[in-house]
Order: sequence, then C-alpha cells, then structure tokens
Amino acid sequence: MANLKTVSKKSKAQSMGMHTEVLTGRTQQKFFNPDEAENFYYFGTYDVDFNKRTELDVKDMTAPEANKEIDNLMSQGYGTIVIKNPQGKHSLGVGILNKLNLIFEGSLGYFGMGSCDGPIVRINGRVGWSCAENLMAGKVVIEKNAGSCFGAAIRGGDLICKGSVGARTGIDMKGGTIIIGGDAGAFTGFMMQRGRIIILGDVGINLGDSMYDGTIFVGGEIGSYGSDAVDSELTQSDQDWLKRKLKVAEIGENFDVSKMKKIVAGKKLWNYDNLEPTEKKGAI
Amino acid sequence: MCGIAGLIHRGKSSNVGSELQGMLQALKHRGEDSTGYALYGDTDGKNFIMRFKVGENVGEGSSSVMEDASVYDERKKIVDQTLAEMGAKVVKEERTLPYSLRYEIDYDTKDLLDFSQRIESIPGVEILSMGKSLEVIKDLGNAKMVCDRYSLDKVVGTHAIGHARMATESGVDIKSAHPFWGYPFSDVSVVHNGQLTNYWNNRRVLENKGMRFMSECDSELIAVYIAEKMRHGATLEEGMKESLTGLDGVFTYFVATKDSLGMAKDTMAAKPLVLYESDDLVAMGSEEIAIRSVLPQEIDTYDPFDGEVKVWQI
Repeated sequence: MANLKTVSKKSKAQSMGMHTEVLTGRTQQKFFNPDEAENFYYFGTYDVDFNKRTELDVKDMTAPEANKEIDNLMSQGYGTIVIKNPQGKHSLGVGILNKLNLIFEGSLGYFGMGSCDGPIVRINGRVGWSCAENLMAGKVVIEKNAGSCFGAAIRGGDLICKGSVGARTGIDMKGGTIIIGGDAGAFTGFMMQRGRIIILGDVGINLGDSMYDGTIFVGGEIGSYGSDAVDSELTQSDQDWLKRKLKVAEIGENFDVSKMKKIVAGKKLWNYDNLEPTEKKGAI
Repeated sequence: MCGIAGLIHRGKSSNVGSELQGMLQALKHRGEDSTGYALYGDTDGKNFIMRFKVGENVGEGSSSVMEDASVYDERKKIVDQTLAEMGAKVVKEERTLPYSLRYEIDYDTKDLLDFSQRIESIPGVEILSMGKSLEVIKDLGNAKMVCDRYSLDKVVGTHAIGHARMATESGVDIKSAHPFWGYPFSDVSVVHNGQLTNYWNNRRVLENKGMRFMSECDSELIAVYIAEKMRHGATLEEGMKESLTGLDGVFTYFVATKDSLGMAKDTMAAKPLVLYESDDLVAMGSEEIAIRSVLPQEIDTYDPFDGEVKVWQI
C-alpha cells in the first residue's frame, strides 16, 4: 500500500479501495474523505480484548435481552463471548458493529447475526432463514445446515455453511463471499449484484436467476440455469482464489476446484458497465 | 403468515395433544386468529369418531353470523334423528361447547360420502372430521386457549398436525380454520401455509366432479384436491406429488392419514419448513422453535428443498 501521508487525496482513497467522487443525492453530498477518517466511527462500538472471555446462557432470555447483554459484555471489554442454549431463538446476535469473537453453542432461528459489521462468529449448530442478512464485514461459520435466504443482501465478509442451505442463498447480495459445503436450493444467487458464491455440492433450479453481476462457482450438479445466468471459463486465477478461500474457510480443503463450473451474468438483463459511477452507486 | 407443525412417533404412542400444543404455541406469533389440531389418538378402531359443529364462533371479517344458542339444540336433534334413520348408533356423546360436539358412532360403512352429505344437508351443520382415529378440533384463539377449552393436553396417540392461523384470504371463524378434513375420506386431514393462486379454477373443476367445499379458504382446496386423487386410486404420496404442478402458488403443507404423515413444498420453496427426523420420531414446523418445544436438546435439523414430498409411516 502507498504511503498515505505523502500522496494526494484521490490516490489515497484509491489505495484504500475507496472513492472520493462527490455524489449528487439530496441528502448526502460527500461520500468519503480519508483526511477525515478519524471522524468516521460507529456509534456504540467498544475496545474489546479477545483474550477476555465469558459465557452467556440465553435459555431464559428473549432475543432483545440476549442482544443487550452481548452489548453490555462488549462494553466491559469482553472480546470472546460463548452463548449457551440459543435453542433456535430468532434474531440473536444482530447489529454487532464491533470486532468480537462470538461462539454459539447450539442452533439459531431466523435472522441470526443480521446487519453485523466485523465480528467473527462460529455457530455450532444450524441456522434458520435469513442468517447474516446485510453482513458488512467479518466472518460467520455455521457448522450444520442453514435455511433459506442465507446471506441475503450481504455487502462484505465471509459467510460459510459447512452443511446444506435452502432456497435463495445470496439473494440480492452486493459483495462478500458465501461458501457452502453441501447442497443449495432453488434460486441461488437470485438477483445478486456483486460478490461470489461457492457451492461444493449440487444446486437447485434457476441458479443465478436475473443476476446483475458477481460470480457463482458450483462443484456438483446444477438443476437449471436462471434467466441471464451463463457459463464462463474457469481461469487459473479463479482456481488459485478458490483454493485459498476454501482453506481459510476450513472447508473442502482437498476439493478439486479445477472441475468446478463458473457462472456469471450474461448482462442481457442488466449491465452495470453501461452505467455512470453515480448511477451505479444508486443501483447498488 | 401462518404456522404449521406436525409430528409422528414411529413404533410407539405419546402425549401428542400436549406436544402439539407446545409446538403450536411456540408459533403463535405467526398467527393466533384461530388454532386447529388434527390428533390421531389411540382407539380400539371399532367406532367412527365424528367431530362436528352446529354453529359458528364468529370473528373479524367472517361472512357467518353469531346465532342464538337455542338453534344449536334444534340442529343437534335433527343430526341425532338423521343418524338414527341411517342406522348409525351413537355410542358416546360429548358436548364440549354449545356449538361443538364429539360423537362415537357404531356405523358399518366404507363409503362416507353419502353419510356426510346427509349430515351436512342439515343447515348450519359441518363435520370437522370423521375417522376411526382422527379428531379435528379447531376454534378461535391461540394454541393454549384452544387446548384448554377442549382439554386436548391428555390425548395420547401416534401422530398429529396443527395450524396457527393468521387470517388473510378469508374471515376469522371455525369454518375457515385449519386443519381441513379430507372429505369424504376417513382419517385424512390437511394443514397448509401459503397462498394458492388457482383456487377458483380448481374449485370449479372439483365441484363439477361432485367434491364439496365448506369455506372460501384456499387451503381447503388441498384437502379436496388430494382426496379427489385418492378417490381415483392414487396413493397419498402420488396425490401429493401431482399437487406440485396441479396447485399454483406458494405452499408448504402436511397431510396425515390413519397411519402416515406427509409433507410437500412448492417448487419455489417460498414457505418455510424445518424438519427433524430420527428412527422413532419425525417433527416439523414452520420454525425451529416449534421443534425445540418437544426436543430442547441440540439436534440436527434441515430445510427440505423445493418441490420435495416426503411421507412417513407410524
């Protein structure tokens, strides 16, 4: 990375993978300026120590009570929190905008880990519908199966399910990576706009239906292709990336990635490349 | 949004009334306009059990009217008279509520069509279920309220399905509540979560074939559709598989018979279902918390895929 102290504002931003262009929306005139980076912070985030560990039994708690207690523990500096007895409750672990090592000893219901930014999460069980919806950064690992709408609209981070997932995985996703160790249901990657999905097993009908952009890699059989989803050549660069990603994900490390199929948008329905940068932001 | 739940014990009986109550109560946030139970209890199999109503419990948006309770007695008398004329002997009679009755009937027939048509020709009378094991109990309110009202928590049997309803397609009343009996088949019941978009087309076709509809609830179509397939020799599983293309819309539904329980999910997998399966128990529901009410320990569950049909035997 370039020395940020000696380069221009524009180069500085581009080195960080960000943009400086002024947007013309009515409510937000400026998108990001690295000179003001110290002014950007998340309200309600805490300095936590990963070596400071505690356990939280949520058996007799409602989801809001459990989430408030997680927030309370983070405010006390706990960086590793083990949740006991989640018992399929909905909406656990949502809205965590912090670095945190979070471990669930059991299964979650719907909307688990929604709208998070930064935590590293391991769920030693199953998750229901819409797990990690709107994930912005961090890593969520599910040891068993997941329900439908897995990783809906995620913008970043790694979302890993070691088992099988339901329908509409990665629907409307805008970034990040979803990795599935087993099979995936119908409409996987439906209207995805950015990011990558890796499925080691089989996938159901209408794969990548109406996708704008992004890439889907499939190791098994494909039920059918969705509208405007097309095959693409699997390059050596793709294979190297897949190997790295599967290794980091602790899943399918010995999987033969050279036989995977690569699916991309045919860009007959949507074509971002024809949009101006500001239009593209508006679309995303 | 509605919630459905079901379970089947294989090779043994259990307190299915209490278990299903726990499962449905866990789903009450999905709808508590009405709740219904289809319980397959342990019986000697000699007599038919007929659950029927002689009046409505009317809630918001219902096309029915709340009647004076005195008409219920008149209707009951006509039912008793009609049963006697058909040679059906009432062995045991229970009247849980003024409009809700349970008869054990000694009646020797394999064709319930004529029997049901005669009973339901009495204005205001609807058979909720008919079978040697099946009992359908449904009323307004959440699972616990209905369970307490009808004392269902002590019912012992092999399997059960139930429904927590948020009324969207039709009004709040018993006739629109699930489960639906697979008229005129003994011991067949259905619960459904979703919307059927070719309801009226299918209903017209089935009515022309002599099938009966009691409500305007789209879910009733599934019971009638499956029943009509079985009437023409299809097995339960074959009928359910045909429904994946014959019924249009989004749905997850359960069908139960005297000795089996089945599930079907539409080809878009738009409605949720979580399933737990072991050698001696299958439990499923719209959400995992329903299953957790009977299996609080850590278990392996999964979502069936789109277009999947499964049937289990007791």
